[in-house]
Amino acid sequence: MKKVYLDNAATTAVDPRVMKAMQPYFSDKYGNPSSVHSFGQEASETVGKARRQAAKFLGAKQEEIIFNSGATEGNNTVIKTVPKILKEKGGRDHIITSAVEHHCVLDSAKAMEKEGFRLTILPVNKQGIVETKSLEDGIDDKTALVSIMYANNEIGAIQPITKLAAIAKKHGAKFHTDAVQAANYLDCNVDKLGVDYLTLSAHKFYGPKGIGLLYKRQRAPLGQYMSGGAQENHLRAGTLNVPGIVGMGAAIELVSKEQAKRSANAQELRDRLLTGIKKAVPEVFLNGDRENRLPNNVNVTIKYVEGEGMLMSLDMEGIACSTGSACSSGSLEASHVILALGVPKEFSHGSLRFTIGQDNTKDDIDHVIEVLPKIVKRLRKMSPLAPKKYH
Amino acid sequence: MQYNPTILEHFKNPKNQGEISNPDGVGKAGNPVCGDVMQVFIKVKDGRIEDIKFQTLGCGVAIAASSVLTEIVKGKTVDEAAKITKADIIEELGGQKKVPPEKIHCSLLAEDALKKAIEEYRQKH
Repeated sequence: MKKVYLDNAATTAVDPRVMKAMQPYFSDKYGNPSSVHSFGQEASETVGKARRQAAKFLGAKQEEIIFNSGATEGNNTVIKTVPKILKEKGGRDHIITSAVEHHCVLDSAKAMEKEGFRLTILPVNKQGIVETKSLEDGIDDKTALVSIMYANNEIGAIQPITKLAAIAKKHGAKFHTDAVQAANYLDCNVDKLGVDYLTLSAHKFYGPKGIGLLYKRQRAPLGQYMSGGAQENHLRAGTLNVPGIVGMGAAIELVSKEQAKRSANAQELRDRLLTGIKKAVPEVFLNGDRENRLPNNVNVTIKYVEGEGMLMSLDMEGIACSTGSACSSGSLEASHVILALGVPKEFSHGSLRFTIGQDNTKDDIDHVIEVLPKIVKRLRKMSPLAPKKYH
Repeated sequence: MQYNPTILEHFKNPKNQGEISNPDGVGKAGNPVCGDVMQVFIKVKDGRIEDIKFQTLGCGVAIAASSVLTEIVKGKTVDEAAKITKADIIEELGGQKKVPPEKIHCSLLAEDALKKAIEEYRQKH
């Protein structure tokens, strides 16, 4: 059966060129970069190269790059340590984030609220965008940190980071952006964006899982999340994951080289898929801004059917995608992102997310367009909420 | 898929799916806000559930649970059917060990919908 993977926002396949770059660092050049001997120094040099690759991609200085296990760690570190430092130094006690952030950001922010920080969660408009006025209204001179993701993982909405970061700066607050979904397709130059912190995870841009980085602007505060070693300028203890770092460096360099091509290819397939679905399936609507949207993201609500049921049916046809329904997440509520858009609750469990990657083809898209209408038809026939015409 | 073959089979080819035009009882459980809605229709003759059909909006296990429910119930007396619980449904779906814990509530919904259908029947008669 033809397998079609359209869940690249969840994770991506490691690019063969990245695999090749990583190979020597498992059993051949396996030294610990902190070791003084030549085994260690060899590894250390390689890490240096990856650090340069990452810095170049972000337009940052090498010393501003901190390697870690991924964006979940990076986001936790920024949100849980930076406000504490700024509270101690200058009495800032306020954190701002948005209603569509990934759970690692929201949960970290809520944890800080429990520790006594004021927390403001900015709403988004019906397109899933944080409006600059919302931040202007919510920020004050006691705000320590503003954290808003560059591009949303569920609906692909691209936030106006440069404008938002400028507002934060005006009030003396620090600005963090989770750029995990943006890396593949958007300009991540930290000076253009004007951010103080930025997080990435390699496994979203054809690198290995379990490795990422935190960009921290020089002189911006950061607490030590993991103690016990001098690695990363005493900011993040733990033996460096050399093969992972090498892989990430190689993957980042490929993004730099191929970003324009990837974006163009993805967009063509995305538009083909969206047009095809709308044509073939009645009563479907797009979730999230049509224009300010990642070129690889299709997220639609299909009325009168439930997401996990569609997912299972698609999986049986070899197609992998994702959904925002409660049934698929184990909670009682649908995706907080879908709900933040104002999608009526009775339709909030019927969303499907398809995220295109570099290996997808027109045939993959056409296979989905062929198969999805039959699936929806069958499930609508069974649905007590579907109008009579579908029974 | 991590679902067992029984669940998959009932999801792919659900039994007794549809509506009854002149039902003797209809029961609805769940709500669209939670993402699960089950509707059960029964036709009773001489105290026996002669026919039973379901409509379900929900995940794979919810649809499978509905299908399994109708198979267990069809042909039983109303009194026998009233005694069916979610445990019986889970058993037919493969047993506690084969149904993911977060999906147990789907069987509870099925039990609920059936009981409501029976209640409506009893009120009318």
